[in-house]
Amino acid sequence: MVKLITTGTTAIATAVKHADVDVISAYPIRPYTGVMNELARMIADGEFDAEYIVADSEHTQFEIAKHAAACGARVFTGSAGIGWAFAHEPLVVTPADRVPVVAMVGNRALDDPGNFGVEHTETLITRDTGWMMCWPENPQEAYDLTLMGYKIAEDPSVLLPYVVCCDGNFITHVRFPVDLPDMEVAREFLPPTPPPRVNVLHPDKPLSIAPHVDYYWGTEIRRQMEEGMRNAIEVTKRVHEEFYKVFGRGGPPFIEEIATEDADVALIGLGGMAMPARAAIAQLRSQGKRVGYVKLRRFRPFATEVIRDALRKFKVVAVLDNDFSFGSAYHGGIVFQEIRSALYDVPERPKVVNYLIGLGGREITVDAMRSIYNQVLEIAETGEVKKLVQWVGVRE
Amino acid sequence: MSWEKLEIRTLKDVPKDEYFVAGHRTCQGCGPALACKLIAKAAGPRAICITATGCMYVANCSYNTTPWAIPWMHAQLGGMGSAVCGAAAAYKAMMRKGKIKKEEIHVIGLAGDGGSADIGLSAISGAMLSGEDHLIITYDNESYANTGVQASSLTPWGAWTTFTPPGKMLRLGNVRVKKDLPKMIAAGHPNVRYVATASTSFPFDLMTKVRKGLAVKGPAFLQIHTPCPKGWKFSPELTVRIGRLAVETGMWTLYEIEDGQFKLSYKPPKRKPVSEYLKLQGRFAHLREPDYRYLQEQVDAACKQMGID
Repeated sequence: MVKLITTGTTAIATAVKHADVDVISAYPIRPYTGVMNELARMIADGEFDAEYIVADSEHTQFEIAKHAAACGARVFTGSAGIGWAFAHEPLVVTPADRVPVVAMVGNRALDDPGNFGVEHTETLITRDTGWMMCWPENPQEAYDLTLMGYKIAEDPSVLLPYVVCCDGNFITHVRFPVDLPDMEVAREFLPPTPPPRVNVLHPDKPLSIAPHVDYYWGTEIRRQMEEGMRNAIEVTKRVHEEFYKVFGRGGPPFIEEIATEDADVALIGLGGMAMPARAAIAQLRSQGKRVGYVKLRRFRPFATEVIRDALRKFKVVAVLDNDFSFGSAYHGGIVFQEIRSALYDVPERPKVVNYLIGLGGREITVDAMRSIYNQVLEIAETGEVKKLVQWVGVRE
Repeated sequence: MSWEKLEIRTLKDVPKDEYFVAGHRTCQGCGPALACKLIAKAAGPRAICITATGCMYVANCSYNTTPWAIPWMHAQLGGMGSAVCGAAAAYKAMMRKGKIKKEEIHVIGLAGDGGSADIGLSAISGAMLSGEDHLIITYDNESYANTGVQASSLTPWGAWTTFTPPGKMLRLGNVRVKKDLPKMIAAGHPNVRYVATASTSFPFDLMTKVRKGLAVKGPAFLQIHTPCPKGWKFSPELTVRIGRLAVETGMWTLYEIEDGQFKLSYKPPKRKPVSEYLKLQGRFAHLREPDYRYLQEQVDAACKQMGID
């Protein structure tokens, strides 16, 4: 094992190497590109062997990955922001083909106007299509969740694509201490060849994949995908246990609770937002304020029971959305809609409010987190929600 | 090599086995379906085929049924080039790394004219540069026939389509000149060792070209002229005759570009006037004598340039 100070993109590239990926399709877009630069270097230096295809667009990238996976290869691809949007046609058909594509996204605000900042909207708009989605908090988790991704996606009861969504810049480019295991240890957890499955294109066993279906079987195919996604919950739990056995880390599969034991209020959000939250909690706890944070590690599948049971104990839950759904219920964020819905049947449910933070790529600061905590504590005290959805730091 | 002979010269050279079988839902007299049958026959059982959305997807395969006896998969309309590139890369990597048995697996990509020359052009160009080993085939029935006959960039000048209907103000129908896809592929990708054109009405030539495209290392390209009774408005029994007339008039030419060397595959002994080809098809019914003359001039110039005349 080596302990390196490195970026999320290098950590993910190392996971791809450890997974002995066969086909990689690359196309540049900030801030994810670093992973492809690193993989190209690794292959050029003979560190591992894969077909590295310089694609001519994101559409091409994801079509290449889908069909390489259909031939039985282990694949890796990725994108960011509007690049992910450009890939949407092959993206949305991949889950129905039941091929275990693994991708990385460097979360980036969508155009227009052009923007290098972090926003989660680009991947969250894919939430309804059958991709499993996870959000690491730091480069260590980026490595871990990528390696786990292959094992989850390739499980014969799942066979759905999987994307590791990394906050642009903060995870993709900022260096953190990362434990990178030796190749043999990684392969003890994830063997270089995926488990056998039926839907592999090979002349030894001719079959047709994705013939035109119309209404005769369309419903059943959707239902099978849904079963794959449901199975993914148990498989993810199991894979986390296996990961823990080999590496002694990995955390709980769906959420991680930070200082929640005696907390009156909690914030919940995806990805790197946990970092400023941790700092704000340390400050507020020293003032005796009972605040906590729930880190939402995976958004698809959405572990409703786990999330509901974790959140029901608080007086107020504030959902942090680094994304937005224009014209949605209460004009709020995407994560907010789901958390609120998950808590609906809880008889004594907490108040659920929404903070739109970092929209359009603005930095999410510790000060902003502290301010949110103080507002939420006030709601807990007064029982009064003045504004259900708030835009943090917007100039009006 | 997967076959006893590369070239198919007589009926005796044609394999008896079918890998694209009956039972699909294409129209009577469908040129593209005939192309599929000949392609699969020529390629044999150690091939896979990936087909973009289009007639040869929608009308060929319905769920739980398939005419393909070789492995087959759907690609998105603009994704065939990428799909075969990914498939070929997968086999290559897995064989090199000892994950699957080392053997020859022929990767064929099939797309219509729209899926090749319009929405799929970028992906095909990318695949041609990739260096992966595959054969990309365009079945050219000169329109988006599956969606109800709309113009593509391979629809010829003067043709009726539902996007280019001749009318009182716009008399001619389609006024865009057919894109020269094979020459674009050949000129733009100097690494590509085999580019060719074929016609379903010249089946031995077509099958030989499929094999040559598969035999050559790296990417290869083949465009097949496939008459379409529905889109071109002719009676189904005329498919083969119309395909032949296209070549005999010079409206379509058969050639190969091997390692950059252009070679005609067939030279009509005496070229027939284009009107013989046009008059059999309802899509050209609105054209008049001066239009025939205009098209004849265009075709004459092209034939001269290619050394047919």
